Amino acid sequence: MDKKPFDLSKSRLTRRTALKGLAAGAGLAAAPGFVRYAQAQSSAPIKIGFQSHRTGIGAAYGRWYEKTTAAAVKAINAAGGINGRPVEVVIEDDGTDPGRGAEVVGKFATQHKTDIVFGTLFSHVVIGSAPAAGEAKMPYFVVSEGHHVASTKLNRYVFQPGITDVKSQIQSMAPWIAANAGKKVTQIFPDFAFGYDHRDYLPPALKAQGADVIAQIAIPPTESSFTKYFPQIPAETEVIYHVMVGPAVLTFVKELGEFYGSNRPQLFGFIDSLEAVDINSPGLEFLDGSHFWEGSPRYAQADDSAAQKAYRAAVGIDDNGAAVGDPKDVSTAAHMFGCWETLYVVKKAMEDAGYKGPEDRAKLVEATEALTEFAEGPEHPQGPKTFNGKIHQCFGIQNISKVEGGKLKVVHKTKIEDGLYEPEGDYPKQAL
Amino acid sequence: MHFGPHLLLATLEGLVTSAVLALTALGLSLVFGVMRIVNVAHGEFFMLGAVLAWAISTAISGHPALGFLAALVLAPLVVGAVALVAERLVLRRLNYNPEGTIVATIGMLYIIQQLALTFYGPEARPVEAPFSYRILLPWFGYSGYKLSVVAASAVLLVATWLVLTRTRVGLIMRATQYDSETAQAFGIPVDRVYGGVFALGAMLAAVAAVLIVPISQAHYLMGQDPLLLSFIVVIIGGLGSLRGTVVAAVLIGLSDGIISMFFSPTLAKIIATAAVALVLVFRPQGLFGTTPR
Amino acid sequence: MKASAKVYALHLGVVALLAGLGFVLPEYHFGLLSRIMVLAVFAMGYNMLFGYVGLLSLGHAMFFAAGLYGAGLSVIHLGWSVPAALAAGIGCGAVLALLVGLLALRTSGVAFMIVTMMFAQVFSLLILYFSAWTGGDQGLVVPQPARSLALGATTLDLTNPATRYCAALTLFTLALFVTLGLVRSRYGRVLVAIRENEERTRMLGYDTFSNKLVAVVVSGAICAASGAVYALLFGYVGSNFASVQYSILPLLWVLLGGAAATLGPLVGTLFMYYVTDITSGYTSAYLLIVGVALILLVLFFPKGILGTVRQRWLGWLP
Repeated sequence: MDKKPFDLSKSRLTRRTALKGLAAGAGLAAAPGFVRYAQAQSSAPIKIGFQSHRTGIGAAYGRWYEKTTAAAVKAINAAGGINGRPVEVVIEDDGTDPGRGAEVVGKFATQHKTDIVFGTLFSHVVIGSAPAAGEAKMPYFVVSEGHHVASTKLNRYVFQPGITDVKSQIQSMAPWIAANAGKKVTQIFPDFAFGYDHRDYLPPALKAQGADVIAQIAIPPTESSFTKYFPQIPAETEVIYHVMVGPAVLTFVKELGEFYGSNRPQLFGFIDSLEAVDINSPGLEFLDGSHFWEGSPRYAQADDSAAQKAYRAAVGIDDNGAAVGDPKDVSTAAHMFGCWETLYVVKKAMEDAGYKGPEDRAKLVEATEALTEFAEGPEHPQGPKTFNGKIHQCFGIQNISKVEGGKLKVVHKTKIEDGLYEPEGDYPKQAL
Repeated sequence: MHFGPHLLLATLEGLVTSAVLALTALGLSLVFGVMRIVNVAHGEFFMLGAVLAWAISTAISGHPALGFLAALVLAPLVVGAVALVAERLVLRRLNYNPEGTIVATIGMLYIIQQLALTFYGPEARPVEAPFSYRILLPWFGYSGYKLSVVAASAVLLVATWLVLTRTRVGLIMRATQYDSETAQAFGIPVDRVYGGVFALGAMLAAVAAVLIVPISQAHYLMGQDPLLLSFIVVIIGGLGSLRGTVVAAVLIGLSDGIISMFFSPTLAKIIATAAVALVLVFRPQGLFGTTPR
Repeated sequence: MKASAKVYALHLGVVALLAGLGFVLPEYHFGLLSRIMVLAVFAMGYNMLFGYVGLLSLGHAMFFAAGLYGAGLSVIHLGWSVPAALAAGIGCGAVLALLVGLLALRTSGVAFMIVTMMFAQVFSLLILYFSAWTGGDQGLVVPQPARSLALGATTLDLTNPATRYCAALTLFTLALFVTLGLVRSRYGRVLVAIRENEERTRMLGYDTFSNKLVAVVVSGAICAASGAVYALLFGYVGSNFASVQYSILPLLWVLLGGAAATLGPLVGTLFMYYVTDITSGYTSAYLLIVGVALILLVLFFPKGILGTVRQRWLGWLP
């Protein structure tokens, strides 16, 4: 992890600034205790506690979340930090376990005394840690894409400002699926957290577009072979909508290929299944011509913005979305941009709030809630977003990519409006 | 899909599960039966076999079958050596105390998992099958490799059975299993037998893993399910009964496949698990076991 | 000093020490210790069965989870108060333990281990199957406002760290003295007799099945109490707590601390928590060090920390 403090060489103290500082200091000295306080605050780094999945089932994501975070912090520090203070990241492993997650939030709050906690991906860890964050009154910025934050079932200290939630993603996929892939859809999803959102939100979204979910097949999480469930796919199925995740996902695709051969229904999937997996792995040839949701495209596209190019270079991924210098080390590109963007939201909110230290956490919460829009650019390379302070959730554009010649090519970009829904609650009504 | 073809598919799938399970469980059964210890790290030897298979097959270029065959020979040898070292360094010093070995093998589980995570990484990585032939049935397609796994496993099981029943080594092992003190009194080096059995058990798990890895990828957390299933198979089959272990593996594999025809997947798992548990409740010594001594 | 006075003095001393630590510990360790005390109760429930009756279960996560969900869901869906939810959680655990005990006690030894493990798997799959109510693998948050306890005129806020520490200590103390009382009673000695030689105990005229059944229910209820308090103090219920890892953990804690030692579960839980917490501060490969620590510990303290202490130095330790 890059813990290099804010580079001082660019702001070397001149005699004039030193004199100014002395004068200001003399003025403030009238208020006892304040001077020491202000000095300590102005030079000390802002500490961000990073709850990382280093071990456990989320480890493949955790590594790339750390890389992206390091790159964003480096860029933020090189441009002067937050409120002129350098940013420092403290990492703790949560083992991708909700119990340990809550302990880690406690550790950040009471031992490391970080200013915020950030970076969690897996839904059950977010939900398990949220009470601890709320009780410690610790702003908790997650990059999870789960609908938990926007459901307003968590608490006022939890935010998801860097990645669109899955309910919105699903809703914005439905029009394209109904118009281009088919009207009779069979869903295959894991029987846990991530699957439930798809189970619950896809059918109504498709219905609104005149298409139907004709079967839902929930696979138990420990399953490692899938062929025996395929006969449950109705014969009239036009589209198989698959969102399997976890290490067995390659098996799933391979077995689907063996089962159907070339005579298959259309396939639409969420790339979550194949994050950190090379799309050209043996057995995945079957996916050729199928479509995927992508948050941010894995492969460099012809029309990439300058900001997107700069972001990819900063994080260190090549045109195929793998680590520069190691083509086998495939990134989790569709999600990890959220770490980058979230840190810039934190920076914006801290600067709006005039954030000085933990005593300003409530102000930080209010300043974050006051945000409404993030323009596309170096700080938000994935695209423009709107932010709803009532439900602490951002909404952005989504990509639909086609597997073509061993690459993912973006064929459709949704609009932000496609993914908007009625807020389910109102966090700012809760006490701080 | 109609009932007949569906049943055929479920049976084929069940057989593949059974084949791999039988090998893994046989390894555990030997350790359990002869040494009377619960080896919690058995699943990690399985994982190690799969991870090594990936490493070996990617190191060897050329036809995928070359790399696969090399892995089939080398991975179990390496895993066996690791197990032997662990047995000599730790388990022997614990005097095979049943409780101590549980803690020690949990410790090994952590160590092996962490090493795999550090050196192999958190990703699931595929190994190319030695051949890719898709059998085209009138109703569905099926992987030819999967059927060859069933055959390979059957051959290995028969070979193990021959070793256990027809050779001197097998006789010594069975004598130790039956009564280690008397065996010792008859001049059998029980201590060395234990080392060999522990290594052999780990090697069987590794072979099973190499066979399965072209179907389901290598991942550092893949050891848990084979461990739990193997425990179940060993106990259902009856402690120390090779025949029981194989029958139980086939039974569990097939019932898992066939029950999945009638219910939603999670419900099918619940029913299959509960059914197996109840078999054990009403026949605690297992299907072929005698009351443990 | 008489042996029994010494025993009670020691246990009171431990409770007093924990209470005293509440005043001096830095904030982080204060919070961590609250959690450890609650989970040590889980290990105590496990020790009841494993240590004193010699029944090795690999399914105790289901009892912890029964308490967790029994308490958590009755607050979330039924809006019950904290005492009612606590009772519901313990009740769920006890009933589940009774059912499991009736079936599983037909077996013994390794078969008991596997049967309990499979029942626990069924239980955890049921949580997923009924995800509409349980939240499945994601779990549910117990709302913060519901986590307070009205005692006469005052209201105890269970989300406050100090209240939480006191609540955890209360649970721990209760569980400690309940187990201490049980194992030192006539009933406790019957259990040990069953562990040492079940045939002979039966020959002496004891109904070993019902004695064991009571032990399973008591053990399940204690584990459920730990789960229920966990849900109410920390505000989260999730299926993770029903997974096989959470069945192995209490076994590990008990073996580390010392099986059949009343204070063993606390020592083992403390040890495991702090080894993990400290090593993870130094390296990301901390599981490696945890593994090595476990192996070294078992090589040099084969009967667990307190078990070995008792064997070598303090024979009177209960």
